[in-house]
Amino acid sequence: MAEDIATTRTLLRPPAGSRRLALTPRQVLVLLAVLALIAAVAYMTVGAKGSWSFVLPFRGTKVWAMTVVGCAIAISTVLFQTISANRILTPSIMGFDALYALIQTTLVFVLGGLAYATVDPQLRFVVEVAAMVLFSGLLFRSLFSGAAKSLYLLVLVGIVFGVFFRSLSGLMQRLINPNDFAILQDALFARFSAIDPTLLVVSTITVALVCLWVVRMLPVLDVLALGREHAVNLGVDHKRAVSEILVMVAILVSVSTALVGPVTFFGLLVSNLAYLIIRSHRNALILPAAILLSVICLIGGQVVLERVFGFDTALSIIIEFVGGLVFIAILLKGKGR
Amino acid sequence: MIRAQNVSKAYGEALVVDGVSLELPAHGITSIIGPNGAGKSTFLSMVSRLMPMSAGTVTVDGLDVTRTPSDVLARRLSILRQDNHIAARLTVADLVAFGRFPHSRGRLTVADKEHIDRAIGYLDLTDLAGRFLDELSGGQRQRAFVAMVLCQDTDYVLLDEPLNNLDMKHAMGMMKIMRRAADELGKTVVLVLHDINFASWYSDWIVAMKDGKVRHQGPASQIMRPEILADIYDMDIKVHEIGGRRVSVFYE
Repeated sequence: MAEDIATTRTLLRPPAGSRRLALTPRQVLVLLAVLALIAAVAYMTVGAKGSWSFVLPFRGTKVWAMTVVGCAIAISTVLFQTISANRILTPSIMGFDALYALIQTTLVFVLGGLAYATVDPQLRFVVEVAAMVLFSGLLFRSLFSGAAKSLYLLVLVGIVFGVFFRSLSGLMQRLINPNDFAILQDALFARFSAIDPTLLVVSTITVALVCLWVVRMLPVLDVLALGREHAVNLGVDHKRAVSEILVMVAILVSVSTALVGPVTFFGLLVSNLAYLIIRSHRNALILPAAILLSVICLIGGQVVLERVFGFDTALSIIIEFVGGLVFIAILLKGKGR
Repeated sequence: MIRAQNVSKAYGEALVVDGVSLELPAHGITSIIGPNGAGKSTFLSMVSRLMPMSAGTVTVDGLDVTRTPSDVLARRLSILRQDNHIAARLTVADLVAFGRFPHSRGRLTVADKEHIDRAIGYLDLTDLAGRFLDELSGGQRQRAFVAMVLCQDTDYVLLDEPLNNLDMKHAMGMMKIMRRAADELGKTVVLVLHDINFASWYSDWIVAMKDGKVRHQGPASQIMRPEILADIYDMDIKVHEIGGRRVSVFYE
């Protein structure tokens, strides 16, 4: 398919020269892959003291975890922006991870901290993901099936949902006892340096399965990005496609939130960087670029953080700061609409 | 043939389309005219399944549009609405290629590429094929979207105000393309038009709507009469005959 489209492009495009594009999207992807690899190698080796048999597995696990998280955040954001046909909204801005935090808080509130902590984390994860898929489906499906036409309405609803979920969580966190709270807090804070290893295998499998699902839907995704009316005109069962993608997004957000906690603007940062450098509408190119960028940012950022700043600050703070600036810049430019 | 029976659309208490029953003839150009808020676009959206109906049924060649799978309909009927904003970064060629999606599901064949080239040529976009949509003027973009719809190669082509943003030359060009599509390719073209002179000059059939209802319908020569136009638009409209076709004058 890729070849077919590529040949059409060369057929249809006038002999270029007018385009200032220096690299084709494929070359960009290769470049990003190399950068990601460099970041990973740097993270594994720079400043290593002591036995390699300890350092490599220890750091390798972290690289693995950051890769999984990077994939989850990048894919969920790009998918979400595809179905909402704009480039400002992200699952986090719409309150997805606040919903996940609420589910976790509710579990601690109902079961008690001890029970929560002693339940098999993988079982707990599966239950949380299931709850997440269910509730996000209920809440967000109607919003994206064409009922809400206005982007501002969507953002507003998202913010209201987010605040609502956070307030509910906040209320419950105040009601539980301090021990339970400590357990909960441990689960909720975004930290890329202390990723829960027990969830890594099940998360990896989950993300891989979702990736397969996404690949199967790639042509439909490209059409969905045109907006609801064009998608319907072109024969896409819009409601069904949007529901499927919301399920994927819910699963991916659960994975990333379970592993590192909520990060609001990171997805926005990588998705918009991907749109910027890929300069194509095809999700088959945008998605890998977003994934690679996100892996580069996470692992590269962690290298800088640990080696340059000596763990002085949290990566999530830097990412949120930069991401927030990008968000404001996009809003001001009005390009996201 | 497109057949609408008792089609209504209500927003709360307000009936925007009020029990429209209509048979749009197969082949040729049908124009829907009427003042703002007459329900023309809403009607077109319901016919093309973009918008659910409050009541009534629409069939296209006997297929109920609300129950037929969307991809089956997409090979039979295409629709282009007025506001087309796309966030993704697309070239004209990319956009037109999407018109083949109902046929090829993203795997373009040689035949698809011919369709794409032809549609681009039809709308005089060959030189702009590699340009991004956000680098085009409103009129060029409008033509690109029409090219996509033509590339879909459906028997029925529904266009909501296709002359929007077009200068006289391109408006005329667009109507000629529609005429050719109807005459040479045997398509059924349904247009919502505001310019009644274009409707008069190029349509085989005109449907005049007002207040959510079909007020008049008939061949252009029957609708282009001062008393009928006055009834639809609530204003004095003079009609002249030039070269055997009727032209209205309504500038004072």
